[in-house]
Amino acid sequence: MIQHLNFGDLLPYWDVFARGLLFTIVLTLTSTVAGLTLGTAGAWARTFGPRWAGALTRAYVEIIRNTPFIVQLFFIFFGLPALGVKLSENTAAFIAMVVNLGAYSTEIIRAGIEAVPKGHLEAGASLAMSRWEIFRHIVLKPAIMNVYPALSSQIIIVMLGSAVVSQISAEDLTYAANYIQSRNFRAFEVYIVAALLYLLLAIGLRALLRGIGRAIFPKG
Amino acid sequence: MSDFSFWIILQNLLLATRWTILLSLIAFVSGGIVGLLVLLARVSHGRVLRILSLGYIEVFQGTPLLMQLFLFFFGVALFGIEVSPWVAAWLALTLWTSAFLAEIWRGCVESIPKGQWEASESLALSYGEQMRHVILPQALRIAVAPTVGFSVQVVKGTALASIIGFVELTKAGTMLNNVTFRPFLVYTLVALIYFALCFPLSWYSKRLEGRLNVAR
Repeated sequence: MIQHLNFGDLLPYWDVFARGLLFTIVLTLTSTVAGLTLGTAGAWARTFGPRWAGALTRAYVEIIRNTPFIVQLFFIFFGLPALGVKLSENTAAFIAMVVNLGAYSTEIIRAGIEAVPKGHLEAGASLAMSRWEIFRHIVLKPAIMNVYPALSSQIIIVMLGSAVVSQISAEDLTYAANYIQSRNFRAFEVYIVAALLYLLLAIGLRALLRGIGRAIFPKG
Repeated sequence: MSDFSFWIILQNLLLATRWTILLSLIAFVSGGIVGLLVLLARVSHGRVLRILSLGYIEVFQGTPLLMQLFLFFFGVALFGIEVSPWVAAWLALTLWTSAFLAEIWRGCVESIPKGQWEASESLALSYGEQMRHVILPQALRIAVAPTVGFSVQVVKGTALASIIGFVELTKAGTMLNNVTFRPFLVYTLVALIYFALCFPLSWYSKRLEGRLNVAR
């Protein structure tokens, strides 16, 4: 016996969906920018930085990559206040996303840096460039170009992972879906629509990243 | 609160870890089986099969695992079947795992040089024989490292089953936190246990990768 699906009951809540969608988009975009910045800094520490910074970064990357995002989120939102760091739902969600993407992109960009031919570094050194100048002007761009596809997929994975922030009541798309289904009891329809919206977001984000990639790396 | 000592918290978390491990194993094995079928469809000569499997992979890779869990948990109930969190988590994780493994393995199959296909075809092997005797055995060797690496994602994925009420490590952590009000301690322990489960897998996967590169 299958109940009849009824998507009409969702229409009055379109604005709730829209707000959730907007939140997820803004959260993804801001945390992507911050996360990639953190990842670049981490990759620098691993390859060009002092030994201690490299070791610390390595520990950070391994801890984040080997624990679930939801536990990181709970740790930041529930655990840190015990140490006196109180964060709002949205801030905690943002920080968790940045920390998570930061770790993954550190590892990805590091791989990109290691794939830059050694001769390029030596050429830079022979022009009396400092280590920082070499990193900034010679290594960084080709390194990111090397791993741009991997970086793009990781950004999409983090965007999809952001559904979890609803669990600390950050008002994202999943939170909106939970809210609507608690009102109209149309759980299946609500989650189908939410899943479709995520799928569209993933497809849109992929297109956006490809466009950005073409703009930054015209030849690649 | 003092009657909930550190050891009692740790003991309860470790007991719940059994379910995380069991769910991970079951989801990984069944996901691998379904993933193999999806892979065969993905690299088959049939156009319809290829398009269908591509759509399957896109949908499960392009939507959050959490949505898939909700859809199984609430969706199957529409058919009048009561679904336990166990079954919903198992089904959702299986399909999610299968989509990722199929895509990983497709990469391995496609990395086999074209000459291998041509050589085996010139020996009058059928498509099935080519796959079984020539392509898959070689692809398998390349596939081991990324597959082990993905198992880490499966272990971490099981944490989401806590949201639909399956009592594994994360859910146990939440429950213990609710009684003890020691979130810092509880979530630190939870994270450490996950780390203890995942790090050896990550490490092993990396080592396998390194070994493969030497062989080349």
